[in-house]
Amino acid sequence: MSWTIENYDRLLVALWEHIQLVGVGLAIALAIGLPLGVLSARRPGFALVVLLVSGALYTIPALAIFALLIPYLGLGFWPAIVALVAYALLIIIRNVATGLQEISPDILDAADGMGYGKWRRLFAIELPLALPVIIAGIRITVVTQVSVATVAAFINAGGLGDIIFQGITQDFGEKVVAGAVVTSALAILCDESLRRVELRLRANQAEHA
Amino acid sequence: MTIRLEKVTKLFPGVTRPAVDALDLTIEKGQVCVLIGPSGCGKTTTMRMVNRLIEPTSGRIIVGDRDVTKADPVELRRHIGYVIQQIGLFPHMTIAQNVATVPKLLGWEQAKIKARSEEMLDLVGLDPAQYLSRYPRHLSGGQRQRVGVARALAADPPVMLMDEPFGAVDPIVRGRLQEEFLAILKRLKKTVILVTHDIDEAIRMGDVVAIMKDGKLVQYDTPDRLLAAPVDDFVADFVGADRALRRLSLVRAADAVEPGGAAGDLMLSGSLSVREVLSALLAAGQDAATILAEDGTALGQITLAAIRARSAGGIP
Amino acid sequence: MAQWISANPSIFIVALQNHLWLTGVALAAVLLIALPLGLLLTRHRGFANIAIAIVNILRTVPSLALLVIMLPLLGTGFLPSVVALTLYGLPALLLNTYTGLTEVDADIVEAARGQGFSDAQVMTRIEIPLALPVIFAGIRTAAVQIVSAATLAAFIGGGGLGELITAGMANFNFPQLIAGAVAVALLALAVEIAFAGIERLMTRQLRMGAS
Repeated sequence: MSWTIENYDRLLVALWEHIQLVGVGLAIALAIGLPLGVLSARRPGFALVVLLVSGALYTIPALAIFALLIPYLGLGFWPAIVALVAYALLIIIRNVATGLQEISPDILDAADGMGYGKWRRLFAIELPLALPVIIAGIRITVVTQVSVATVAAFINAGGLGDIIFQGITQDFGEKVVAGAVVTSALAILCDESLRRVELRLRANQAEHA
Repeated sequence: MTIRLEKVTKLFPGVTRPAVDALDLTIEKGQVCVLIGPSGCGKTTTMRMVNRLIEPTSGRIIVGDRDVTKADPVELRRHIGYVIQQIGLFPHMTIAQNVATVPKLLGWEQAKIKARSEEMLDLVGLDPAQYLSRYPRHLSGGQRQRVGVARALAADPPVMLMDEPFGAVDPIVRGRLQEEFLAILKRLKKTVILVTHDIDEAIRMGDVVAIMKDGKLVQYDTPDRLLAAPVDDFVADFVGADRALRRLSLVRAADAVEPGGAAGDLMLSGSLSVREVLSALLAAGQDAATILAEDGTALGQITLAAIRARSAGGIP
Repeated sequence: MAQWISANPSIFIVALQNHLWLTGVALAAVLLIALPLGLLLTRHRGFANIAIAIVNILRTVPSLALLVIMLPLLGTGFLPSVVALTLYGLPALLLNTYTGLTEVDADIVEAARGQGFSDAQVMTRIEIPLALPVIFAGIRTAAVQIVSAATLAAFIGGGGLGELITAGMANFNFPQLIAGAVAVALLALAVEIAFAGIERLMTRQLRMGAS
């Protein structure tokens, strides 16, 4: 454990880099994915295209995507973000669309009947009600991102994967374990916190107490 | 506000028969008009054209002095109360926020909204202190229905559209709600279109009843005349073979008394319907009953013979 | 890229074979463990809660972390890779098997019991067939996850197509890098499409069988 204790600051830096990768990736994916998700919910044709494209992307292993992007984007933080966003997009879009489609049509009819315009209805009624499903999507996304970001160290994006790779090349077991454990802990922590948020939201919006 | 439908037609794409076929209908200000008919007759479609949730294919709909087919639909709906069977309360908002929906859309100021929300809950029989901060999921079906009506009345619209508003509640609660809301609507002098498939509800709640079939208007009359003189076999069937009895339930005993005191000791309250008086007479094996006012004084009597004469259509 | 493959066919084939072996063995292990275990848990619901909690945590652990954790425990090579991949694919199938079986319509099970089916018969004739679509979806998920994660086995000496990528990077041999990346991408897509196709055939069979 000696290395870990002496170098916890390096671990923290790596952790911070990792959080940045996941955070920025998530933010961009949400910015693109939310509007696309709304569009998906409204137009089944579009939804199908989106599903196929992002579904294909999601199946390709992370390492492969990173490798394939090297000739075009090079190495470093931002190329990694491109891949991270690509992965996140499917889940976000799908969950936004599903969340919106699951809203009871009676509620939408009542909203229309009372004089909500289209945009106001989207922001005041539909998105709030779709929130639990969207959060569920964010939760899966974050866990996936933590995993993908680990591999991003391969293209010099930093993060906890870096510590792990150093440990492998240096044949230094403790680094490997420290990196792996902290990464896992991060993933588990994010998953658990978002799970609670999701449950809270579902309880608040239940049709029946 | 008067509501006038002039040759209103709705033809859905891909369907040969129009859902609503050149409908002409006039509802006077302050009247409750019930649209009734078998499934697919076009009653709900008609109602939903008044607030443009469905666009008419042709024809005009005039509310007050405005042709609604030319108005902005969103703005229009903010001035028409809308109550649906499943109510559609917003689960993520409190009762207060639900009731305040249209006032907020109209830009009322906060203090006015708050006062109005409390007033509306009081109106429908719910204690504001108790219910304003609750969520829909905490309320029973009947309570949610009341909130639904409160929400529709909040912005004080002159016109109300109600689609099977009491359909989702159990029969016992339904009867009570019907009475209460009829009283409220009358007191507030709202012009109401109410859609139902329940003939008893139509007779109880309507000033005028429009029976529809296959998109067309078959008969448009007061409940009493509908029961007394159905225009064809379809209406007669629809209204039910016991329409004679039904007519009797429309009249209060106190309004149907003859002078004189009845032999025998059967005394009944004047607030009962004539039908209930008939039922009591049959059960007691009597020919006549004395009818009493609320304070116990005798108003007069009702005899079996008189009831028979009334049923035969002799007395309007 | 194509040139590199034609110039080095043996390296490519070995990498591909390795990848398929890793995937195949891990998937087989997952099937052998998760299916019976899932079944067992439906009969002992108390344990199910603990098992599900553990599996949910396992599901969250990043694939790379799972693989490298094997290093201090089992060293490098084929075996630690397979163990890690098995652990990685297990949650998907276990959860799907369990939920698939428990979510079979209770009324149907009741009716079956009422007609005189024994416990074993209810399981084999009613519950498993009805849970099959969900279970198969779990198998599909596990398969795709494993074939994808097997790419990373290269980092702990497990071989596979990932090794083409890592070696290509280390030696600045770009064609090799790309060859590995494209190959594993196509393989993953192929597995996904194949399983999706089987799943659709299965649901159609079931629907025809049911009617």
